[in-house]
Amino acid sequence: MEAFTTHTGRAVPLRRSNVDTDQIIPAHWLKKVTRDGFEDGLFEAWRKDPEFILNKEERVGATVLVAGPDFGTGSSREHAVWALQNYGFKTVISSRFADIFRGNSLKNGLLTVVLDQKVVDALWELTEQDPTAEITVDLRERQVLAEGITADFELDENARWRLLNGLDDISITLQNEGDIAAYEADRPAYKPRTVQV
Amino acid sequence: MGRTLAEKVWDDHVVRRAEGEPDLLYIDLHLLHEVTSPQAFDGLRKSGRQVRRLDLTIATEDHNTPTLDIDKPIADPVSRAQLETLRKNCADFGVRLHSLGDVEQGVVHVVGPQLGLTQPGTTVVCGDSHTSTHGAFGALAFGIGTSQVEHVLATQTLPLARPKTMAITVEGDELPEGVTAKDLILAIIARIGTGGGQGYILEYRGPAIEKLSMEARMTICNMSIEAGARAGMIAPDETTFEYIKGRDHAPKGEDWDAAVAYWKTLKTDEDAEFDAEVVIKAEELAPFVTWGTNPGQGAPLSASVPDPASYEDASERLAAEKALEYMGLEAGQPLRDIKVDTVFVGSCTNGRIEDLRAAAAIVEGRKIADGVRMLVVPGSARVGLQAVSEGLDKVFKEAGAEWRHAGCSMCLGMNPDQLAPGERSASTSNRNFEGRQGKGGRTHLVSPQVAAATAVLGHLASPADLSEADARTPAGV
Ligand code: SF4
Repeated sequence: MEAFTTHTGRAVPLRRSNVDTDQIIPAHWLKKVTRDGFEDGLFEAWRKDPEFILNKEERVGATVLVAGPDFGTGSSREHAVWALQNYGFKTVISSRFADIFRGNSLKNGLLTVVLDQKVVDALWELTEQDPTAEITVDLRERQVLAEGITADFELDENARWRLLNGLDDISITLQNEGDIAAYEADRPAYKPRTVQV
Repeated sequence: MGRTLAEKVWDDHVVRRAEGEPDLLYIDLHLLHEVTSPQAFDGLRKSGRQVRRLDLTIATEDHNTPTLDIDKPIADPVSRAQLETLRKNCADFGVRLHSLGDVEQGVVHVVGPQLGLTQPGTTVVCGDSHTSTHGAFGALAFGIGTSQVEHVLATQTLPLARPKTMAITVEGDELPEGVTAKDLILAIIARIGTGGGQGYILEYRGPAIEKLSMEARMTICNMSIEAGARAGMIAPDETTFEYIKGRDHAPKGEDWDAAVAYWKTLKTDEDAEFDAEVVIKAEELAPFVTWGTNPGQGAPLSASVPDPASYEDASERLAAEKALEYMGLEAGQPLRDIKVDTVFVGSCTNGRIEDLRAAAAIVEGRKIADGVRMLVVPGSARVGLQAVSEGLDKVFKEAGAEWRHAGCSMCLGMNPDQLAPGERSASTSNRNFEGRQGKGGRTHLVSPQVAAATAVLGHLASPADLSEADARTPAGV
């Protein structure tokens, strides 16, 4: 997992609430066998509309999604997070995220930032008026910065530590390599092996 | 205080224990199949990691494999892509794989035990909920998600919180005549409910359990997950050792003696305490079938479809109403009157040699009813070969059944073996969810014996019904 310390980028203001994971990535995409290549499925139904904000030329290359409340509800599919990441988003800001989506996002290194709806409104206005406006999400300081806006956000210490160090569950487990190796050294010889020795 | 079987196996696999953290558990055996592994391998590739213990990892193809024309290219592009991805992943990382056409290919939960890889006191995981099957050997075995598959591939461990333990004691000397392990587990699930085992590792015990064969024990542990449990276990004994002895990966020589000495310690201590206990009386059991759309909605074959109004609990009543509507059944209809279109014998619940023998013994010398299609799908290619060597394939074919190649097949219909909308089956598999065997398909879960008798009579029936029918029909007609 890539570490997340601070990120600055242009934004996509998504003025919709209750965006469920089916809308983020429709079910027929779940047959894929990789974690990448989901970018074309992101918000697939909405992208058929040329007026949809993601289709606007000035939003190409944006990396910060500023979404309405209750983002990521519905099915638990981890693919929703992969789709956002594949598309290029590094962080999503909303006043409220669905639990499972939030858990999945932090597991995969997509920083989900919870801010007051008032701040989200201000970010929407700013980035709608000026598509080149940048937003900085600083995880070290737990702060979101944009022109005229400074807002603190919360994130539990454990999740923050993992993201700052780019540690996924596997990396954390591998920090106990010594324990694993010691356990392996003691495993009895009669334990089954899948390859003949 | 003493410990339960589950606690002993758990404790023996703790790599690291720290206050406020889940235990880090060592995994002895990791089984892979094509559906839940692709993103895990992809994750390894992205982070530049290897499979830590190739010697504790093995893969097979089962969910998507066709059961006809297995030498031809697979028609469905999605199924083909999943299988080809598994083949590439196993080749790239060096994982042992049993592909379609290989004698060890088959349903992952049939393959592990038949190779002798599933052993008492081991931890077994697979990206598949029915991994609980392996608990029949006194192994701690459970299903995991794709992220955890990647975790095990990379580290051979899993961080886990220890579940609670529940004893399911079957009282009485043995199961009554005509009652099988499948009937027992269906009755247990009907009793405790599909959420009754949530948060628990179940241990099935009592003299009636000790008398069961390994195949029967696997049928029971297989369906622990349908009671919501994390895993199901049965203490290993001479039956277990006998089953393992001499198999490809069974310990040999001195290792065998050391292993058996350890395996014999794997019993719940007299003074151990379970977090919950359930008692089932063997003498009250009878052939059991499901009438609804979850495995807990079952009743003895001699009963009738229940009246939803008879449920006190509002949500159960609603569930029963919906189930009857989906299943196209009327309250009060005798279960024996339900006619079926298809009979499926197979799956990781009942696709082993003993199951095929039991079904064959019933159809032998008989014809399956007009308009009924019967599919017999061995759990693995090796089971299929064994059946052929015993002439079971001929018995099935002469009765009018279709003899197929190994795989999950109609258990979940990911391959072409599916029910058409509205079609009804008697199935030896483990899930009767809406659409599980094909969109709009209606499933009744049954034992292999009931499946075979049903195929002959065309309606849900037990072998006992068959002898009555024979008595009424003059010989030679
Ligand atoms: S046979 Fe059915 S339950 Fe068993 S692994 Fe295959 S699909 Fe799952």
